[in-house]
This record gives sequence, structure tokens and C-alpha cells, in this order.
Amino acid sequence: MRSILKTSAAAMAILAATLGGASADGLTGNLKIFLDTSNPAPRATMEEMIAQFGEKNPDLTIETTVIDREAYKTQIRNFLTANAPDVANWYAANRMRPYVEAGLFEDVSDLWADPEIAENLASTKGALTIDGKQWGVPYTYYQWGVYYRKDIFDELGLSEPATWEEEKANCQKILDAGKKCYTIGTKFLWTAGGWFDYLNMRTNGFDFHMDLLTGKASWQSDEVRKTFANWRELIDMGAFIDNHQTYSWQEALPFMVKGDAAAYLMGNFAVAPLRDAGLTDDQIDFYQFVEITPGVEKAEDAPTDTFHIPSNAQNKEAAREFLKFVVSPDVQTQINDGKHLGQLPVNAKSSVDDDKFLIEGFEMLSTNAPGGVAQFFDRDAPAEMAKVAMEGLQEFMVKPDNLDKILTRLDRARERIYK
Amino acid sequence: MAQASAAASRQTSWWHQNQQRLTPWLFLAPGILFFLFYVIFPIFQSFNLSLYEWDGLGKAEFVGLYNYEELYWDDAFYTSLKNNVIWLLLYLAAIPAGLFIALFLNQTVTGIRLYKSLFFFPFVISQVVVGLVFTWFYDPTFGILNVLLGAVGLPPVNVLGDENWVTVGIIVAGLWPQTAYCMILYLTGLNAVDPEQIEAGRLDGAKGWRMLWYIIVPQLRPATFIAFVVTIIGALRSFDLISVMTNGGPFGASRVLSFYMFEVALSEYGFRMGYGAAIAVVLFLIMLAFIAYFLWSMYKEEKAR
Amino acid sequence: MFPTPIERTSRAWQISYQTLLPLALILWLLPLIAVAIFSVKPDSDFANANYWGWPSSFEGFTNYALVFTGSDMPQYLLNSFKITIPTVIGAVTLSCMTGFALGVYKFKANIWIFFMFVAGNFVPFQILMVPVRDLTLQMGLYNTITGLVLFHVAFQTGFCTLFMRNFIRALPFELIEAARVEGIAEWRIFWYVVLPLMKPAIAALSVLIFTFIWNDYFWAVVLTQGVESQPVTAGITSFNAQYRAAYHLMSAGSIVAALPPVAMFFLMQRHFIAGLTLGAVK
Repeated sequence: MRSILKTSAAAMAILAATLGGASADGLTGNLKIFLDTSNPAPRATMEEMIAQFGEKNPDLTIETTVIDREAYKTQIRNFLTANAPDVANWYAANRMRPYVEAGLFEDVSDLWADPEIAENLASTKGALTIDGKQWGVPYTYYQWGVYYRKDIFDELGLSEPATWEEEKANCQKILDAGKKCYTIGTKFLWTAGGWFDYLNMRTNGFDFHMDLLTGKASWQSDEVRKTFANWRELIDMGAFIDNHQTYSWQEALPFMVKGDAAAYLMGNFAVAPLRDAGLTDDQIDFYQFVEITPGVEKAEDAPTDTFHIPSNAQNKEAAREFLKFVVSPDVQTQINDGKHLGQLPVNAKSSVDDDKFLIEGFEMLSTNAPGGVAQFFDRDAPAEMAKVAMEGLQEFMVKPDNLDKILTRLDRARERIYK
Repeated sequence: MAQASAAASRQTSWWHQNQQRLTPWLFLAPGILFFLFYVIFPIFQSFNLSLYEWDGLGKAEFVGLYNYEELYWDDAFYTSLKNNVIWLLLYLAAIPAGLFIALFLNQTVTGIRLYKSLFFFPFVISQVVVGLVFTWFYDPTFGILNVLLGAVGLPPVNVLGDENWVTVGIIVAGLWPQTAYCMILYLTGLNAVDPEQIEAGRLDGAKGWRMLWYIIVPQLRPATFIAFVVTIIGALRSFDLISVMTNGGPFGASRVLSFYMFEVALSEYGFRMGYGAAIAVVLFLIMLAFIAYFLWSMYKEEKAR
Repeated sequence: MFPTPIERTSRAWQISYQTLLPLALILWLLPLIAVAIFSVKPDSDFANANYWGWPSSFEGFTNYALVFTGSDMPQYLLNSFKITIPTVIGAVTLSCMTGFALGVYKFKANIWIFFMFVAGNFVPFQILMVPVRDLTLQMGLYNTITGLVLFHVAFQTGFCTLFMRNFIRALPFELIEAARVEGIAEWRIFWYVVLPLMKPAIAALSVLIFTFIWNDYFWAVVLTQGVESQPVTAGITSFNAQYRAAYHLMSAGSIVAALPPVAMFFLMQRHFIAGLTLGAVK
């Protein structure tokens, strides 16, 4: 571990030197960084990366504040206006829109004009673009998909499904064996958004899904009803664990660990806690969410996490250098490897770590997602709509009979929010 | 020099004459200023803000009564309002419950002082902790509630996941400290009950419930009044427990106005400051009815002195 | 005395009362006892579904040590003290003055000012949320202990004034009259005559406000955001996010967070109850 760090630090130093010292020629002053990476592994990763940046810029005083991940989501609006740092992390797409529109994020299109970034980060450019300008840089992204207990599948003689019929047939066998098909914890709502994303993108395709989340399509349309009808098939089978509305996503993990549920539709960050809980890589595996409507091109959720410069930042020069540093190929390789974030690098020149989930996820996103890449329900829809809608999704999962009421409510919210 | 001292003495005498009139204002000034600045003005600011649409970031836009019109159409608002009423009604159970525990403890056996203070204990603990503990009690997988229900042959209930039970479940958690509070009020009140009246009652043959209802309870009026005031205020302010136990869920079924207001204005997905302020105004108007009643009671008492 | 004193009842009832008492107490405090037991359990008890049974081994030291070394709890605790103590001092000082002014002097606006304080105190404080947050942001006090303290002092002044004013009203007014006849300046009457008599009220109010402020969660969430300024009630939720589903650690953390007001209550019990029940007897 240590030697790897040393080599990569050394590599960085060489890299910096070969770049002609453009970035190393003495940034001075203070650089205040706010982070939401409060979980142990991401926190250590960020601190290590920042220390490396500090070594390159000895005259720069860097002050890092790590805020609890959940608390950060509500506090960002306060510190952006009152007590702005020079760099803050956040999420792409509509999740950054309120701050962009309020003029609280700095336009960093100049960074994206640099071919180094423009070419190597092309795949995520769209997620950071609002009104034709770029408002930050990505630093990591990760795939979503079905993580399942391979040992249970083997025991029941199941294989990875590819179609909706196979998915349901598998599920029925799991249920017959006295287990639940899927674990989920919807107390904080967003997990239900993941299910809807996939069901809707597979039933109606990426473009319709985006139309719906941007307010162009109606929640009472036939397309949406078809999605919910598919979802209802699973609910009526009893595919999901009971009482999911009282659990957080972490509290839903033990069901899978103990073998009471066979699979979890989740982001790749679920792998680490599953491993920590004692499951080996032979016991967990991953498959892409199945096809539902034949012919609909597969699209995927791959949320992108980002760095931004607040408009009220004091040291924008250093902040820009920091952003460039974060997206550079070596740093990207390092921070996203299995020992650090365990996610995917955003720079095309970086290498994906030798981890079966990362490799599979990278494959899937680069070759098997022709429909498009979505950010996630609550990042693609405006915040208010996301909240109302995800609450409706949770209600649907518990009380599927309320569907009409829920959809009417969502359409009324749509008329207000997107006006 | 002489002139200066003359001026000084004139000043002293002016001060002397007006001392009685000015002193209270000097003493009041810091308190009043603080209170006006942080409590009274913000109330009016909330009224004003409720006429605007504002995301807390950009410019506020005047929209008149639009936020109130939105409230009228908002199901979540009615859910919150309904839950507030349930809170108000069920929370009042703390008063009789507190009275009965007080009666139970109103003895002079050895160690009763310690018992009384241990019974009072829940009130001292943060609601955040109370909420956490009750969440574990209700947990559908391992909670002791379902263990107990199972023992007497009843089916399990997911209290915090069921939209019909969730508010009741949270209120029960809230009743625990609130009952302790009412108990202590009544214990003090019982100390002051007139023994002669009790004896007189006994001579008249009053016993048990009749004694309690006709002789004791009327004498406990001051304690009951305060218990009523603090319980009503507590019910309308309920926030901590909901935030810790359910975060308003499932699908918003456990919201109350104070929580909903926070949610729309300042939570993760909430950016509607004006709308939040409009909810605050409604809550304030409900409270105003009670405040007016409290003040009226106090006013009458002042006059009677 | 009501109900009938136990000494005057039948032997059977006396015995059943004596046994009922501890049983009722255990039942009443069951939630707390559960947390206390949770907090000394080993991790494995929860993995083995031994939730409500006896701990399989005593891990109290390990668990509590982890609360203090493996998290920001010490900082949160310190913040709580830094918030609570200045608030108590500030609110009690201000209300001694306002209580004196309203309790001793007769002037036209007296009752209306008093009612302003009382009404403000009864207001559902959530109505102040948005404006107070903005105010604090504008003053540059957002996410500072000072910002939180200033607001708490102001808001608690309402309740404290109600309390102090009623207390001073009950003092013998002749003392003040006598002092006035002697020609003693008004502020000296406050300092040398009234204040010494207010000692029990000051003690009662201090412990009461200490508990209120220590247990505040709402304003901590609205006005502060990080480890550097949040009190322990808000800190415990981050702590719980860090150790989600680690019930033994969450329990230990909760007990640590709840301890200071509990200690305060036991040390100052008589004052505490005197404070709470002021006005319950007339």
C-alpha cells in the first residue's frame, strides 16, 4: 500500500515536472476545500489526494473541512452564500442547477476549453453543462445494477437473467425457496428512485424518461402507467422485503448478507459494505438490469460526483489548478481504484482498477448502454419534483392501489414546478 | 469649575426626579431589544416572506397570496394539519397520566424521594435519544414490541412504517417525557392540597374517585393549568421526534406543520422559503388561539390581585 | 393528604404497594435500561440477534472508549458546553433585569411588555426559522457558536422574564419601600436588596435553561452545520450515520450525550423542581 503510494506520488512529481511547472510554479495563499466525503474510505482518499496537491504547492495553505454527507446536502446553500470555500464537491446535472441559476457556481468553461480535458472527459461534459457552459468538473462516477448472491443463485439453479420474463421466473423460484428477491430500504426515498429509473428506461426508453423528469411528459401518460404496471408485477409477487419503508439503504444490507434476500438494485458503493460484512467475491456478483420492452435501447444510471468553484471563492486561481489536478489521468486512476473510492475514473486516459465489479461496470457503460447514461432520479429531476415523486414511488411500493391518486398528485406538482 | 458642578448637581437632581420612571426602561432595554430583534420582528418577517416565492439563493419574487392558494391544494398540508390535531388531542393524555402517577407516588415510604426523581428522569433526556430508543422498540425485525405482541398471539405491526399507526407511535414516545413533566407538576400541587378539606370530605363520606374528582382535582387547578399550557406548546412544537424517528415518512404520513415547514424550506430537496413561511403563519394562527387564551387567563388573574 | 397515607391502610395493601413501586419504576424506565444494556453489549450480540437478552460479555469499556476516541463526540460535547453555559448566563442576566423592572415598577406599558415576552415565548419557534437563519447568515454568524448563543439568549429571555417577574412579585415589597425611604438609588436596590433574594430563582432557572438548551436539536440543525460548532444533539445524528446499525455504539453515544443534563438534574434536583413547578401551587 505504502509503496504504491510512493510510486504514484513520484509519478506525479515527474508528471508535474514534465508539464513544465505550469501548475507547480508557486500557488500561494489559502485554499479552502469543503467535502461531503464523510465515510472512512472516501475521506481518507480525499485527504491523501489533497496532501499530494499540497506537496506540489508548498506555498499554498490548504484547509479541508469534511462535513457529514447527509448534512452537506442541506448546508451547501448556506456556505455558498455566506461562507464560501474555494472548492466544494457536489453532484452533476439538475442537482447543481439551483446553484448555477443563482450564480453561486463559477463558470469553468475555460478549463473545458483545454483539449486535455475536453477530449479525455468528453463523456461527462453533458452532465456538467447548463446553458452551454460548464460549471465544474467530475471526479468519479459509478454504475448501477443488480448485485446478487451468486451462491444462492447457484443453489437454486438460477442464471443471470436477460429478459423481463427470465427476471420474474428467477424471482418466483427465489420466493418459492422462502426468500425475498430484492432487498431495499426506502426510508430516505431515493432507493425507490433507482428502481423507477430502470423500469421506466427499460419500458419506455431513455428519451421518454428524460422527458418525464424534465417535465415534458405527463405522469398520467400510458407510458408511465405501463412502467408502474411492470413494477406492480414484482410487488404483487411479494418480491421486495417487507417493511422496507422503515429502513435506510444500509439497514437493508443485512437481508442480503444473511441470505434472506437474493439481490439488491444499487450503485457500486454497495460492494464495499457487502464485503465488509463478510461476503466474498465468490458470493456476490453483478448483472445489468434486464431488457423489458424488446428493442428499447438499454440506458444506464451512472451518477457523477463533481467539484465546483463557488462564485464567492477567494482563491480561484488555486481552485482551478486543483480542479485540473483532480481530473488528471494519474490522480483519477489512483483515487478511483479498489483501495480508495472503488469507482470509475472520469478521465479516458486513466485505467480502471482490476476489480471485477469495476471492470464489469466499465464494460457495461462503455459498450452496452447505447440508449444513454442518466445521472439518477434525484439528479435528473429538479429537487422539488424529485422529492414529491420519490415519496409517491415509496407510497406506490407500499400501497400499489393508490397509483391513480399518486399520479394525479405528481402531475399537479409538475404543473407548478416546471412552469 | 463651579459652573460644572452646578450643572452636575442639576443633572443629578433631574435624574433624581425621574429615576423611578426611567429605571425600569433602562433595565428593560437590553432584554426588549434582544427579544424584538430575534423573536418579534422575525414573526412579522415570516408574514411578509409568505407573500414571496424565494428559493433562498436568488431574488425573492412577490406572488401575493399564491403560497396560501398552493396550501389549499396541497395534500401534504392537510396530512400535516390532521396530524397536528391528533398530536394536540393525544398529547393531552399526559395530563391524566401524570396525575395518576403523581397520586401513586404521593406517599411517605422510605426512598420515595429517589423514586420520584427517577420517575421524572425521562424529561431530562434529549428527545433525540428518546426517539432513537423508541425506534428500536418499534423495529419490525427485532423490536421488543413485536416480540411482546407475538407472545400474546397478535400479529406483528410495523408501527413506524404504517401510515395509520406512525403518528400514534411517535406520540407515545413523546408522552413518555411529557407525562413525567405533568407528574412533577401534580406532585407539587398535591403537597399544597388543604388537609382540612380532605377530612371534611371524608366526613361527608366521599371516597376514592368521588373524593378525587370533587375535592382534589379542583384544588389542583393551578397545576392543571400549567400542565395544559406546556403540553399544548409541546404538541405544536413537535419536531425532534419526527425528524429522528421517521423523517416524516412513510410517504409523508407522520408530518406535522412544524416538520413540513422545515422540509419545504430547508431540507435536502426543499427550496421554498416563502411556502415554508406560509405554513409557519398557519401554525402561528393556530397557536394564537391558545396564546390569547393563556394571556386572557393571566390577565384576569392580574386584575384579581 | 390524598390518597390515604399508606400507613393507615391494610397490611396487605402496604406490602403490595412496596412491591409494586420498584416494578412500576422498572417498567417506566425500561427504555433507558434497554439503552444502558445495549451500550455494554458486544457487537456479536446484535449479529446473533440477541437484542433484548443479557449481554454475552461486558464490553462497556471498549464501546465507551470508542465513542471518545473513534468519533468527534468529544468535540460535540465541548461545543454543547460552549453553547449552553453562555446562554444560561446571558438569559438569566437579562431576565433578572427585565423581571426586576416588570415586577417592581408600576407603569402603563408594564403588562403589555410582559405579555409580549410571554406570547413570544409561547410562539411555535419554527415560525422564526427562516428569518432567524437569514439574519444569522447576514451577520456572518452562521455556523458559529456565537450565532446560536445569541438566538438562544434572546428566545429564552421570554420564558425567563415570565419566571423572574412572577418570582419578584412574590417578594415582600416593603423591603423595597424601606430602601427607597432611605434614599437608596434604584440600581442599588436591585443589586443589594432584590438580587440576593433572587438566588433560589436564579439557581432554579439556571438548571432549567441548561437542560433546555443542552437538549435543543432544532436550532442546532438550522443554525450550525459542522463539527466545529454543532452541539451533541446534532452530533449524535452524524455519529449514528457513521455507526449505522452498530446499536451498541449508538447507545453508548446516546448515553454520553444525555449524561450532562442528567447529572445537572441530580445535583440540583430541588432547584430544578422548584423551577419547573413555579406557579403550580397558588
